[in-house]
Amino acid sequence: MTRMFDHLTIAPIVLPLVAGAVLLLLDERRRVAKAAISLASACALVGIAVLLLIQADAAGGTGTISVYRLGDWPAPFAIVLVADRLSATMLLLTSLLASAALMFSLARWQRAGPHFHSLFQFLLMGLNGAFLTGDLFNLFVFFELLLAASYGLALHGTGIARVKAGLHYIAMNLLASLMFLVGVSLIYAVTGTLNMADLAARIPDLPSEYRPLFEAGAAILGTAFLLKAGMWPLCFWLPTTYAAAAAPVASVFAIMTKVGVYVVLRLWLLGFGSHASEAGQAGGEILLYGGIATVVFGAIGTLASQDNARLAAFSVLISSGTILAAIGIGQVGVTGGALYYLVSSTLGIGAFFLLIELIERSREPGADVLAVTREAYGEGDEALPEDDEAGVTIPAAMGMLGFSFLGCALILAGLPPLSGFVAKFALLNAALNPAGAIPGGSPVGPARWLYVTVLMVSGLAALIAMVRAGINIFWIPGEQRLPRIRAIEMIPIVVLLLLCVAQTVQAGPVMRFMNMTAEALHAPAAYRNRVLEPAATAPMQERGTP
Amino acid sequence: MEIVLSLGIAALAGSGMWLVMRPRTFQVILGLSLLSYAVNLFIVAMGRLQGGAAPILAERGVGNPAQYADPLPHALVLTAIVIGFATTALMLVVLLAARGLTGTDHVDGVEREP
Repeated sequence: MTRMFDHLTIAPIVLPLVAGAVLLLLDERRRVAKAAISLASACALVGIAVLLLIQADAAGGTGTISVYRLGDWPAPFAIVLVADRLSATMLLLTSLLASAALMFSLARWQRAGPHFHSLFQFLLMGLNGAFLTGDLFNLFVFFELLLAASYGLALHGTGIARVKAGLHYIAMNLLASLMFLVGVSLIYAVTGTLNMADLAARIPDLPSEYRPLFEAGAAILGTAFLLKAGMWPLCFWLPTTYAAAAAPVASVFAIMTKVGVYVVLRLWLLGFGSHASEAGQAGGEILLYGGIATVVFGAIGTLASQDNARLAAFSVLISSGTILAAIGIGQVGVTGGALYYLVSSTLGIGAFFLLIELIERSREPGADVLAVTREAYGEGDEALPEDDEAGVTIPAAMGMLGFSFLGCALILAGLPPLSGFVAKFALLNAALNPAGAIPGGSPVGPARWLYVTVLMVSGLAALIAMVRAGINIFWIPGEQRLPRIRAIEMIPIVVLLLLCVAQTVQAGPVMRFMNMTAEALHAPAAYRNRVLEPAATAPMQERGTP
Repeated sequence: MEIVLSLGIAALAGSGMWLVMRPRTFQVILGLSLLSYAVNLFIVAMGRLQGGAAPILAERGVGNPAQYADPLPHALVLTAIVIGFATTALMLVVLLAARGLTGTDHVDGVEREP
C-alpha cells in the first residue's frame, strides 16, 4: 500500500498518457467506449488529486512535500516530480474542470471531429506534468505537450473563425516556446543547473559578473510565461482564440492561462521572492503594473465585447491579471487571497464558457450584435407587446440557465454571497494591511491603492457587462426558442457552481489552507531542502528495489 | 569560432524575426523555422564551445576535466529539435487549412485593401 502511495505522484501524468494512447487505438465509431474511458480517466484524476492534496496537507504547518525521483537518481541530476500544496491544488482544479468539460462534451461536441478524447487526455497530461515537474526543461516539455494538444483542441470542430484564431494562437505560442528555450539555456549556462530547487539554492551565490546574464535569462523566461498567462500587452491573441474555441475546450482552456500564472508564482517566489535584489524589485513592479494593466484591458474588453464568448474570454484576462498583480505585491496574505481567487475564478469562468454555449442555443444567430445595436440606437422599445397574462411562465430549462448565469455573474463580479466576494475581500483586506494585523502599521503605498481601485472597478465593469448580457438574453421580449438542453450538459455547470458554493461555505478552512500554501511559497527553503536532500533519507529509497 | 557562431545565430534569428513579422503565412512559418535553428544553435553555444572534447568520459577512467564537453545542452537540443519539428508540421497543416478556408494566405485571413 505504501509502495503504491509513493507512486501516486506520477499517476496524474501516466494515467492520461495511457488513456490517451488507448483512445488513439480505438475506432472513432466506438463512441461509447471512448467516452467511458476518457471520463473514467478524468474522474480517476480527481480522486488522485484529492489523495495528493490530503497527503500534502497531512503534516500541517509547511505541509508535506512529496518528491518523486524518476529512476531514483539523486535530485539535481535527474528528473524530479514535486507535489506540494500548490501543485496538488492545481491538479485538483484541473481535474475537476476537465471532468466537467468532458461530461459536457459527451452531449454533442465529442462528435465534431476526430480524436477529441485523445487530445483531451494529452492536454491533461501536459497540464498535470507542468504542475508537478521540478525542473525547467521538463517544464518546457510538458508545456509543449499541453500546447500541442491545445492546438488540436482549439481547432476542434474547424470553421473559418477557429482556423484563423488558431493560426495566430499557434504562431504566438511557437514564438513563446522559442523564448522559453533561450531563457532556459541562458539560465543553464550561468548556473549549470535546471532543477528549480537547485537553481534557487545557487542564485544567492552567483558571482556578480554573471548576474546580468542570469537576469536577462530570467526576464526572457518570464516573458514566455507571461505570454501564456495573458499579461497585457502579450494577450491580444487570447480573447479571439478562446471565444472561437468549442465550449468544453474553452472551458478547460480557462486553466491554461493559470499554468503561466502558476509557473510565475512558483519560480518567482523560489528564485527572487526571498531575497530582495534590485532586479527582484524591478520584476515585482513589472508583475504588479503589468497585472493592473491586464485587469484594465480585460475590464474594458468585457464592457466592449458584443458577444458572450468574448465577454468570458476577457474575464479570463481580468482573472489572470488580478493574480499576477497580487504576486507582484509579494505579501503572504495577498498571495493567499490570490490563490483562493484563482480557484474560484477558474471554476466560475469554466462554468460560464459552458453556459454560454447553452444560452446561444436558445437565441437566433447574431442576437448579440442586434441587442447591442438596439441598445445604442434606442430601437425596439416601442415594440413591446402587452402581455395578456399576469405573469409569464418561465420554462424550467430557462430558469436553470438564468440561475446559473446569475451564479457566474456573482462569482466573476465578486459580489456576495458567492466565493468571488470572499476572494476579493481577502485580496483587498491583505493589500490594505501591509504589516499584518497591527493597526496603524506601515502606510499603504500608492501602488496598493491603485491595485485596490482597479480591483473594485474591474468588478464593477464585470457586473455591468454581465447584467447587460443577462438582460439581453433573458428579458428580451418576443418569442424565444426553447433551448433543447440535456441533463448531461446542465449537470457539469451546476456542479462547477456548487463547487464555488462549497468554497464559500467552507471559506474558513479553504482560506487557511491557501494562506498556509502562500506561507510555504514565501519561505522556499523547505521546498529547496526537501528536493535536494540526499536520496538515502527520502521515502522513495525505502521502498527497495522491486 | 565564437564570433562565427554568434554571427550565424544573429543572422538566423534576425532574418527569422523579420520573416515572422511578414503578412504571408508561408513567410511566418519559414521565419519560425529559422528562429528555431537559431535557438538550437544558441542552446549548444550555451554549453560552452569546445573543440575536440569528449562528453563525460574519455577512453578509460575519468577524463581530463579541462577537456570536457557538457552533454546536457546537446540532449536539450535534441528534444527541442523534435518538438520544434512536430509543432512546425502541425502549423503547416493549419496554414493549409487556413488557405483553403479563407482563400488567401494572409495571416489575418483577409487581404488588406491596397
